Amino acid sequence: MSTAKGMKLTLKVWRQKNAESKGNLETYELEDVSPDSSFLEMLDILNDGLIQKGETPVEFDHDCREGICGSCSLYINGEPHGPGRRITTCQLHMRSFNDGDTIYVEPWRAKAFPVIKDLVVDRSAFDRIQHAGGYISVNTSGNTQDANAIPVEKENADQAFDAATCIGCGACVAACKNASASLFVSAKISQYALLPQGQVEAKDRVQNMVKQAQEEGFGPCSNTGACEIECPKGISLENIARMNREYLAASLAK
Amino acid sequence: MSLDSRIPEGPLSDKWTNHKNNIRLVNPANKRNIDVIVVGTGLAGGSASATLAELGYNVKAFCYQDSPRRAHSIAAQGGINAAKNYQGDGDSVYRLFYDTIKGGDYRSREANTYRLAEVSTNIIDQCVAQGVPFARDYGGLLDNRSFGGVLVSRTFYAKGQTGQQLLLGAYSAMNRQIAKGKIQMYNRHEMLDVVKVDGKARGIIARNLVTGEIERHSAHAVVLASGGYGNVFFLSTNAMGSNVTAAWKAHRRGAYMANPCYTQIHPTCIPVHGTQQSKLTLMSESLRNDGRIWVPKKKEDAEAVRAGRLKPTAIKEEDRDYYLERRYPSFGNLVPRDVASRAAKERCDAGYGVVDNDTKEGVFLDFSSAIERYGKEEAHVKGLKNPTKEDIQRLGKNVIESKYGNLFEMYQQITDENPYETPMKIYPAVHYTMGGIWVDYNLMTTVPGLYAIGEANFSDHGANRLGASALMQGLADGYFVLPYTIGDYLADDIRTGKIPTDTPEFEEAERNVRDQIDRLVNNNGSKTVDYFHKKLGLIMWNKVGMARTKEGLNEAINEIAALREEFWKEVRIPGTAEELNQELEKAGRVADFLELGELFARDALEREESCGGHFREEYKTEEGEALRRDDEFAYVSSWEFTGKPSEAILHKEDLQFDNVELKTRSYK
Amino acid sequence: MSESKGLLKSHIVKKYWMAATGLFLCLFLVGHLAGNLQLFMTSYEGQLQFNEYAVFMTTNPAVKILSYLTYFSILFHAVDGVVITLNNRKARPEQYAYSKPGKNSMWSSRNMGILGTIIFVYIVVHMQNFWYEYKFGETPYMLSDNGAPLLMDGSEVKGGEIQNGAVYLNGDQVGDAMRDLYTVVQSSFQEPLLVAFYVLGMIAIAFHLVHGFQSGFQSLGLRNPKYSPLIMKAGYAFAIIVPLLFAIIPIYMLIVA
Repeated sequence: MSTAKGMKLTLKVWRQKNAESKGNLETYELEDVSPDSSFLEMLDILNDGLIQKGETPVEFDHDCREGICGSCSLYINGEPHGPGRRITTCQLHMRSFNDGDTIYVEPWRAKAFPVIKDLVVDRSAFDRIQHAGGYISVNTSGNTQDANAIPVEKENADQAFDAATCIGCGACVAACKNASASLFVSAKISQYALLPQGQVEAKDRVQNMVKQAQEEGFGPCSNTGACEIECPKGISLENIARMNREYLAASLAK
Repeated sequence: MSLDSRIPEGPLSDKWTNHKNNIRLVNPANKRNIDVIVVGTGLAGGSASATLAELGYNVKAFCYQDSPRRAHSIAAQGGINAAKNYQGDGDSVYRLFYDTIKGGDYRSREANTYRLAEVSTNIIDQCVAQGVPFARDYGGLLDNRSFGGVLVSRTFYAKGQTGQQLLLGAYSAMNRQIAKGKIQMYNRHEMLDVVKVDGKARGIIARNLVTGEIERHSAHAVVLASGGYGNVFFLSTNAMGSNVTAAWKAHRRGAYMANPCYTQIHPTCIPVHGTQQSKLTLMSESLRNDGRIWVPKKKEDAEAVRAGRLKPTAIKEEDRDYYLERRYPSFGNLVPRDVASRAAKERCDAGYGVVDNDTKEGVFLDFSSAIERYGKEEAHVKGLKNPTKEDIQRLGKNVIESKYGNLFEMYQQITDENPYETPMKIYPAVHYTMGGIWVDYNLMTTVPGLYAIGEANFSDHGANRLGASALMQGLADGYFVLPYTIGDYLADDIRTGKIPTDTPEFEEAERNVRDQIDRLVNNNGSKTVDYFHKKLGLIMWNKVGMARTKEGLNEAINEIAALREEFWKEVRIPGTAEELNQELEKAGRVADFLELGELFARDALEREESCGGHFREEYKTEEGEALRRDDEFAYVSSWEFTGKPSEAILHKEDLQFDNVELKTRSYK
Repeated sequence: MSESKGLLKSHIVKKYWMAATGLFLCLFLVGHLAGNLQLFMTSYEGQLQFNEYAVFMTTNPAVKILSYLTYFSILFHAVDGVVITLNNRKARPEQYAYSKPGKNSMWSSRNMGILGTIIFVYIVVHMQNFWYEYKFGETPYMLSDNGAPLLMDGSEVKGGEIQNGAVYLNGDQVGDAMRDLYTVVQSSFQEPLLVAFYVLGMIAIAFHLVHGFQSGFQSLGLRNPKYSPLIMKAGYAFAIIVPLLFAIIPIYMLIVA
């Protein structure tokens, strides 16, 4: 509420002019930040001040600001999407911090996610993994069979949905000590593996997507479980186990 | 130029079939020589790109986001309508058509709306085949829910993330074609102009948002799927980047803008918390099934609540004004979106708002009655004799949690208030724009070869959109309509060959774009882009929002024109044009909003009636309800750009209703 | 790259091997522990039984195969671990300036490489202490309660003499003498520093197992909502109980002496 006392904050923000240049942490002081502001609104305030002073604002990815598009991607105080659980940075509110706090803000760090500028990273590797097999080969002709022709066990449908809620933000990669994309890759593989429509191409899919992820430079999975804890959608490690299973079956078959 | 909607002859239910049978086709070998540009990768753009590529065209798809998967269709919560009649409750294509026409307050085209209802069933089949995990029942078949006051269950859903699942389905179909090389994807690219050659749309100018490079892209046809323009209000439920630029540039190149004033203001959003706020969050409409909306009866109570001196739970039942139940006894809290929104505004304007923000805008959405009702039911079911108050509360809260748990969590996350203990506070917010680029039955704009689909066009929802229909329209246009109707146009282009980009037309368009960017970057003003955007938003909200008057609209037109002038004098853009520069991106978008806003207000001024999302204070019944004037205003307002928004020329497309009878909507 | 090449290079396949060898080594630990527990029997019978067990473990052909499999597993697990760790590092060339990984994962899960290295050093020292000593060192010989030499099969050679590991009776070689590994162990663990080293080694193994046991199942895809909590619990129990029992032996020997 506007009556709430404003917060004073010290920000340590990663600034990097472009992909080639070396970056560093810059310190900024902010006053009178409403605890009801979201973290990104706090950065808006910072930027507003920077522009007024003739400095260049901090670039960061964001779009829907309601936790579903997966654009926002900040490593806040040593954790992807900050201290909250099951939320993205845009859903993080300043009331999660204390007056006088120092807050570190960095971009996702991974070989496969090169920094473009400041806090903006290039996540196109995720797209390329999906190109490698993140689909079911069916034409959008309108002549497919009736939607209810093949019943799908409710439990499988629900689990497929849970896997499909991945927003592709990359927090799993950011949290993982090996910058592994296993949770992301396995979520898509699981979604399709659990549905009859997806099983037809399951073997090729798992092999191609896993291969692509590795070629993009994502690391191996060490099963630390950090990804599951930091995932804003709570995608389960069970998906990674399913991927491992599917990959083993596929490798033995062909 | 006169408007030819090109609606096929014949009975309503045969029009689309006949049209498809008579439409010209391009043979597969020739499709390989034809390029199509699609701008935007939401439900409409994504599905169109995938289908066009499957058909054999070479597609170039553009989105400003870093991936097509992030388009704002992803945020749609509730569901998607389809006349499948799986529940056997009497649904049919005709009923879906009828509900949509009526819901749109009789301001949409019969033929388009019927086609939408007709192809709706294909969408569900298609999406299931693609692996979209819709909700299913224990028998493994698809589940349905009812939505927004219709009398059948025809809404398919995937929890509260239907838009996400459908978009990811379209994205997967795109990925398949990207992998095959049939779609060339341009992420982080923004379209900044349409290029016309010999009067036909033949390409676009786009800016690479990472490098700042200005690029020329040619094609035989251009499809705009760039979404709605709700962000002209600054605060809306749209994504931060949602913009009108692609549509507006097309408008400036000759595409007419239709019904720009038809805006949907969604009644259940979380109220504004302060001036630092950047966006509004929607709470699903389903909350109105169990929540009761009220404000205090006494002004002093409202004041005390705002000041934090009085808890809402301490206000006695007889001191509460359940104004929807009072005004609309038969529909109560379940009146359509436009009606609920206006009623909230009326109470807050009268001084009964309960939120302590700058505008005191907010009303209560209270679940305490529902908790008690469900609690008693549960106690009865569980066989508890003489349950205590605590038992009832606990049981009731459990029921509410199972129904709306994730929404309550989201509310608490944002507001830090526990909605199980204290009533939610809500207020209407801009959500969707029914207006958009004028298109004919083939979805082609007034520029030959330029198409508009999804929310970007004006076509199917009239003056008000029903819940769960936006997703339906986006996918219908993209999967099942445009890919076929576009062939009718492209059939003439099989011998054209590649469109060169080193022509004077591309040159001129690129110069045009560069000039604007240079002007912005070198402006050296003193105010940020957001300063102007927020100011524009306030004008729009206060004078072109939920209730409009002639006087207010005239003021708005003048104020927006003045603000535009100030913008070009005073805006300050840091950094350069040759790098990632989000302020520059925003500036270009706000510059276009500042033109659209004026046309928007003019359209509202010209439409001297109240219908759907458009409410003019001068045109209401004695009870304060919307007064539609079918005899004079049953037309589509279509605006032609001639240099300035103030000089736009109005063209009217009369709406013919041969299959439904025009009635006044009543919810009393 | 051909499919099969891709498979050998695959991170996931490397993890399968890690899991398979790791879980096999868990089984080995159980066997090893079962043998070691005989060290708690301090009587002569106990000593004899342990030494007979040592003979069995070094001569039985089936055990031999198992032991080669174990050596292979240890080496493969170590080499594969090094390769994986290098791959892990490559994926993030620039580290975070400020990171709090403890908020989302266990220390042991993030430091399997370090733990593995400690364990490897431990294994080398351990092998040198006992296996090398037993095979090639100046090991004392096991005598019967009458003070006569014993053959490998445990039979007593009354009046026999031991020379260079063989038992001679009246100048004729009758067989190889049973060595007294028990005493080697017992005397080694009179050294508090060595006991401390062994205890530390066991702590490293415990932490390694806390992560490794359940991780092995996860890598092989053996997980479902019904059994995984069980595997998790079994993993913790295994990681605590097995190293603890191993560690008690040297402490016990130090104290009893």
